[in-house]
Amino acid sequence: MTTVAQTISDSAVITRRNLIKVKRVPDLIVFATLSPIMFVLLFRYVFGGAIQGLPPGVSYAEFLLPGIFAQTIVLGSTTTGASIAEDLQKGLIDRFRSLPMSRSAVLIGRTVADLGLNAISIVVMALTGLVVGWRINSSVPEAIAGFLLLLAFAFAISWMMALVGLLVRTPEVVNNASFIVIFPLTFVANTFVPLETFPTVLRVFAEWNPVSAVVQAARQLFGNLPEGFPAPDAWSLQNPVLYTLLWVLLFLAIFVPLAVRAYLRTASR
Amino acid sequence: MTNAVVVEGLVKRFGEHTALDGVDLTVAEGTVLGLLGPNGAGKTTVVRILSTLLQPDAGRAEVAGLDVVAQADQVRATIGLTGQYAAVDEHLTGAENLEMVGRLYRLGKREARARGGQLLERFDLTGAANRPAKTYSGGMRRRLDIAASLIARPKVVFLDEPTTGLDPRSRLGMWEFIADLVGEGTTILLTTQYLEEADRLADRMVVIDRGKVIARGTADELKAQVGGERLELTVATVEQLAVVTDALRPLAHGEPHADQQTRRLSVPVTGGTDTLAEALRRLAGTGAEVLDVGLRRPDLDDVFLTLTGRPTEETESSATAESTTAASAGAQS
Repeated sequence: MTTVAQTISDSAVITRRNLIKVKRVPDLIVFATLSPIMFVLLFRYVFGGAIQGLPPGVSYAEFLLPGIFAQTIVLGSTTTGASIAEDLQKGLIDRFRSLPMSRSAVLIGRTVADLGLNAISIVVMALTGLVVGWRINSSVPEAIAGFLLLLAFAFAISWMMALVGLLVRTPEVVNNASFIVIFPLTFVANTFVPLETFPTVLRVFAEWNPVSAVVQAARQLFGNLPEGFPAPDAWSLQNPVLYTLLWVLLFLAIFVPLAVRAYLRTASR
Repeated sequence: MTNAVVVEGLVKRFGEHTALDGVDLTVAEGTVLGLLGPNGAGKTTVVRILSTLLQPDAGRAEVAGLDVVAQADQVRATIGLTGQYAAVDEHLTGAENLEMVGRLYRLGKREARARGGQLLERFDLTGAANRPAKTYSGGMRRRLDIAASLIARPKVVFLDEPTTGLDPRSRLGMWEFIADLVGEGTTILLTTQYLEEADRLADRMVVIDRGKVIARGTADELKAQVGGERLELTVATVEQLAVVTDALRPLAHGEPHADQQTRRLSVPVTGGTDTLAEALRRLAGTGAEVLDVGLRRPDLDDVFLTLTGRPTEETESSATAESTTAASAGAQS
């Protein structure tokens, strides 16, 4: 077998192992889908009435759902870090590292399995969204591109979290640490409210925040930005798909090698 | 006879702490080496270097003729590792765990399954094969862990404290499995805190303390250094200590040692339970009030007392220091 074929085959074995856990611990999938449903309902009906700054004729449900998608998958990606820290604690990473397997397969298998979980979350959220008034107003290929872009972004975040998990080593700490980063990233963005209402400093941060770009890109690709919507000033939000893809590539280029290196050295201190 | 494991001048430091300070050892093909030492002595560090998880700071190590640093990939295909903690995925069933590890050792799907089935049977896990490993007892998890390390028929197997934390019955079972493995020609490096375990399983032993080898040899050679069995008893008053010492002196093979403070008497003896019976008869004749009496075989504590002049407990503080460093570094030592 060639090295690439070995890596694919080993990664498939690890992915399968991780997905078996999802099957055996159904709570995981229940909570992974309940919290997005809760977010959809909370923002749609609790805050929805009070959100200002939307142009007339724009439904908050249509504005909101792409934001919820992005926030949920970014949060979903943080589980990558906690799972890897758990494998470290239980000695499984030691076992894997003593096997003649591909050096990156454990991390690929983890991030791919988490990608699968995120895909399930998105389907559940999309169905909930359709119930509360969200609609896809674009073509099928555009809508598919929208979902794929969201998943690509989540995959890139997963690799960053894999590195965090390998460095932090305690699942609980990984969770707490990631909330500190993930909450500002997902809230100081166009996720739930239009940027026009932000103070200047926050607005500039939000305009260049990759989460804003992925949300803007999703709104574009799902056709949730009707005619009356004000055009953004920042280049990042004028070209959200390109800007998001650049972030995805940048994250992967940085965090894939760093995470693999950390994995190989994880006990070597 | 060729050596399956060769370790020369191995040094490993964790920050300020020197875990291994020039360790040399060899394991002849098809034999068992018992690596003994208290917590924190460096046993696990040796195993982690030999299984390519850690890189040494100096010295070299070979497994099956392969250098553990330069030829790490080939080493990994040759060895089986069972760490101190059963590294099984608790959500997978026993059968799934073995199949996964088999696949990662590059066995085909069918072969991994068949081999997994054989090992489950051999380790008495067939009945639990399709239950998630989290429902297993500690002993079952250990057995599954060892089965996983054997799935690709490794030439050299590292067993790091395979019976620590097991109840006595599981421990005996584990000893039988290990003995069978040796019978099939596998080379084993076994770490343990128990002299009895090494005595039972190992052809040769290496005792390390604070990262240095302090003794090596066969069980008999080590015991000769440590001394044989002893009769130990405690009496009610200090006055009685002298009485019972005189009564037992004819049975002693060496000078009896009386401790006034604990009112304990330790008499080197031979002859096992016959001697014990004779001693009890003599003690009854003295009329002394004996609170406690028994035969003691030398254990690791005695090896340490003899070799280092301090009991294993005194190494605890340094052991704790190391395990703290090791835990923060994620490296169990």
